[in-house]
Amino acid sequence: MTNMKLTRRDFIMTAVKGAAVAALPLSAFKILSPSEAKAAIKEANVRWGFLVDTHKCVGCGFCVKACKNENEVPYDVPVTRTWVERYVVLKDGKTLIDTPHGGREGFTEQKVQEKDVDPKNIAKAFFVPKLCNQCENPPCVQVCPVGATYQTGNGVVLVDRTWCIGCGYCIMACPYGARFFHPIHKVAEKCTFCYHRITKGMKTACVDACPFGARKIGNLKDPNDPVTKIVMTERIGILKDAFGTKPQVFYLGLDDNVR
Amino acid sequence: MIPEAAHGAELAIHGAEWTIKELFTYPNEYIYWTIQIVMYPYLTGLVAGAFVLSSLYHVFGQHELKNIAKFALVFSFALLIVAPMPLLFHLQQPQRNFEVMLTPHFTSAIAAFGMVYSFYMAIVASEIWFVYRKFFVEQTIALKTKEGIGNTLLRYLYNILTLGAYDVSEEALHKDERAVKLLAGLGIPVACFLHGYAGFIFGSVKANALWMTPLMPVIFIMSAIVSGIALCMLTDIVIMEWKKFRVKTSKKPWEMTAEEIGGAEIHIIKKTSTYLLGFLIAAITLELIDLIFRGYTAMKSWDILRTVIYEKDFNKIFIMQYGMGNVVPFILLLLPGLTVRRAAVAAVLVLFGVFMMRWNVVIGGQAFSLTFAGFMHYHLPIIPHNAETFKEGLFGALFMGVLPFVLFWIFNKIVPCLKFKQGEE
Amino acid sequence: MKSHVWRPLWVLLGVIALALVARHFVVPSDFGVGERGFMYGFHRKSNEDDWKAFKVKYLTKEYCKECHEDKYESNMASKHNLIECENCHGPAIDHPDNPAKLVIDKSRALCIRCHAKLPYPTSHRGEIKGINPDEHNPGEECSMCHDPHKPDME
Ligand code: HEC
Ligand code: HEC
Ligand code: HEC
Ligand code: HEC
Repeated sequence: MTNMKLTRRDFIMTAVKGAAVAALPLSAFKILSPSEAKAAIKEANVRWGFLVDTHKCVGCGFCVKACKNENEVPYDVPVTRTWVERYVVLKDGKTLIDTPHGGREGFTEQKVQEKDVDPKNIAKAFFVPKLCNQCENPPCVQVCPVGATYQTGNGVVLVDRTWCIGCGYCIMACPYGARFFHPIHKVAEKCTFCYHRITKGMKTACVDACPFGARKIGNLKDPNDPVTKIVMTERIGILKDAFGTKPQVFYLGLDDNVR
Repeated sequence: MIPEAAHGAELAIHGAEWTIKELFTYPNEYIYWTIQIVMYPYLTGLVAGAFVLSSLYHVFGQHELKNIAKFALVFSFALLIVAPMPLLFHLQQPQRNFEVMLTPHFTSAIAAFGMVYSFYMAIVASEIWFVYRKFFVEQTIALKTKEGIGNTLLRYLYNILTLGAYDVSEEALHKDERAVKLLAGLGIPVACFLHGYAGFIFGSVKANALWMTPLMPVIFIMSAIVSGIALCMLTDIVIMEWKKFRVKTSKKPWEMTAEEIGGAEIHIIKKTSTYLLGFLIAAITLELIDLIFRGYTAMKSWDILRTVIYEKDFNKIFIMQYGMGNVVPFILLLLPGLTVRRAAVAAVLVLFGVFMMRWNVVIGGQAFSLTFAGFMHYHLPIIPHNAETFKEGLFGALFMGVLPFVLFWIFNKIVPCLKFKQGEE
Repeated sequence: MKSHVWRPLWVLLGVIALALVARHFVVPSDFGVGERGFMYGFHRKSNEDDWKAFKVKYLTKEYCKECHEDKYESNMASKHNLIECENCHGPAIDHPDNPAKLVIDKSRALCIRCHAKLPYPTSHRGEIKGINPDEHNPGEECSMCHDPHKPDME
């Protein structure tokens, strides 16, 4: 009797151990597996890049409107994937900056942050559209504790809405303020370069919406792409290069005052 | 058109509830990390500090600390369980928290923190097990003779807690002692690492001009130990004085023993406060070095940092943190003729000071915009009117502050660690 | 190894094993390291397809041309030819199935996005013909006097 018991118990123990051992290696190795990574890497021939021409932007805000509608970011909330900033540099050197509602209704007043500006005092004034820089070294991805945000092979940083825990570390890590919490999905939200459009051969919603061609998207790995040509031949700038994030959104006519 | 877009105005934007913006900030900028993120390093700090204090006895044989050591150990366990809860409260998707353990992305300080935390938890739990194993066995045996469901359940609990190790021979107990010593020793670097990691979470955010400094982990460790020691000291004083009070009110004077009237023992307090002072000096020195460097090197961010440090947050930093939290207790502890009461006041102030330090780092780090051209002001939600304002408001924080004591109270029923005077076992 | 000292270690190992088993069942099977390595590419692969499957809503002028040819032609022949129809009428989505009609926004706010005079020397905005909304026929819809599709004055 006792013997029987023992054997049955032993059997169960072995079965449990066996199951555990069988399950272990499979999942255990996925935590860190560079070999798997190597296998997955095939030389991608697309690297999405973006070009913003600040001379052309008139601050109509159609890009912000289109982005919000296209990507289902509620229109009335202040957070937004893309926005437009206004810089008014006065002759005395002072700089006035604002972005009312992210510029979604355009810029229709001469007042900047409720301050009157005398047109005669303006040395230069311009609009700067902003969006996620889809950095080559995205600090937001580096700090995600669970692998919910990542960079695709073609350089776009995306958020997995089913996996994001909403800790906000990525929001903190982005030097450009490009991230926020989606008011409905309650997860980190950011510009996707309209991934659903660019992968279908379309342009992003903001690029299509811009009447003046201030925004352009292109494949930086294609030397004949208009964006690549401009990036290669013109004098371009990037935002906050000191962070070493290597932004892939390039600016024409960037100014020292731009934040 | 798009249905969601229509009623965007009623939607809660995380952070908008308590952030007031000034001048030019990016549209997406809010104070996303709030009071719970202040509580989190504060509690981890207390854990680390309490553990280091208990190890001073177990490893370095500081016998004055014998009584406080056991208590500090169990208390640090209670704190340890609560420590990650503020993070949980602050998550937008708290039900997904387990992912940190299942798909840890180790380049993130938070993911690595999860691992270090679990490892540390294992160490503290094992150490408690070794310290109390003999007690568990004794209880299992003693409760056998007692009747009642409560006692039976308790016996089962103790039985499980023995993990089937009933050997309480001299030799076995000696092994336990060695294990405790080893674990306590191993625990010190891990405790420091754990808390250093909390510092690293902030220090490694290159986007944040105030947080980004390699000194951050070290500063965090030092202030952690300071706060941990202060908390143990304070709790010890309170408990001992409370016992004294109870004895006084319940017993006739001639029934009392000398030990019972004693209350908190001043020589323990003195010893503990020496350690407190040492670590306090280290902490202040590091913070000052950091400040001086920032001012001297005057990088691009210094303009806005200066405005925050010397103007906007002056009271919080120089009056509350350095003044009330550091200088005053420093003097209180250094003045000759230290009394228990004075030590208690100093401990409270130190705890307050460290809390303000966490506040000034976490909230202060978000007081200025990434644009360096604007500010954000934090208004702690007091009266909660929805889940969010409770979780990330005053009451959420108070809840976190009280929870360790509740847990400790429960633990103390199972593993009594306050029976100091009746001579250990 | 028979010593009781190792008991907590066994418990620990048991917990770890449990976590790994749980991981096996809970974590999606395509979760792993992607093209950009562990630091930047650790994710659930199928999420890329989730994003690709997102609904396209803005379809551009070429789409409107089919059915609103008159508007298209007149618009393309005008100075407003650079403006997308959907900027003023909202995203087409599945129009004319859903929504059956697009919005007609006659508000002045729509036009002054570009036409409120802002005297900005180094920006294209300064070059667009601007009016002062407070002085230029206030209170009246712009489309009363100007054709939004073909506003040309001559
Ligand atoms: C497949 C054909 C089709 C296409 C393509 C189409 N529409 Fe329409 N549109 C219609 C029909 C049909 C109506 C309904 C007319 C009615 O009920 O009076 C309509 C109505 C409208 C109206 C409202 C007219 C009114 O009198 O209220 C607007 C504005 C409009 N369309 C704009 C557009 C725009 C802008 C586009 C391009 C993005 C577009 N449509 C593409 C068929 C089309
Ligand atoms: C600058 C903004 C703007 C643009 C660009 C624009 N519309 Fe309109 N559209 C309007 C306004 C304003 C009205 C209302 C006109 C009115 O009240 O007479 C209107 C009316 C219409 C109508 C219905 C009324 C009618 O007169 O039959 C249709 C259909 C329409 N637009 C189609 C288009 C199409 C197609 C395009 C793109 C080729 C386009 N619109 C571009 C502003 C615009
Ligand atoms: C009552 C009719 C009327 C209304 C309403 C009206 N306008 Fe005009 N608008 C005119 C006339 C007439 C002219 C040409 C004479 C002039 O320059 O004032 C004109 C000229 C213009 C010009 C060209 C100015 C230039 O420098 O050549 C623009 C741009 C313009 N209007 C935009 C608008 C906008 C935008 C609105 C709505 C906010 C609007 N108008 C409302 C009648 C109107
Ligand atoms: C996206 C920016 C934009 C919007 C929105 C816009 N316009 Fe224009 N508008 C232009 C541009 C660009 C021109 C070309 C001439 C110029 O450079 O001034 C123009 C020209 C005009 C002219 C002058 C035409 C001429 O011959 O000089 C009028 C009048 C006008 N628009 C009216 C309107 C009205 C009415 C609306 C609202 C329904 C409107 N615009 C909305 C950009 C815009």
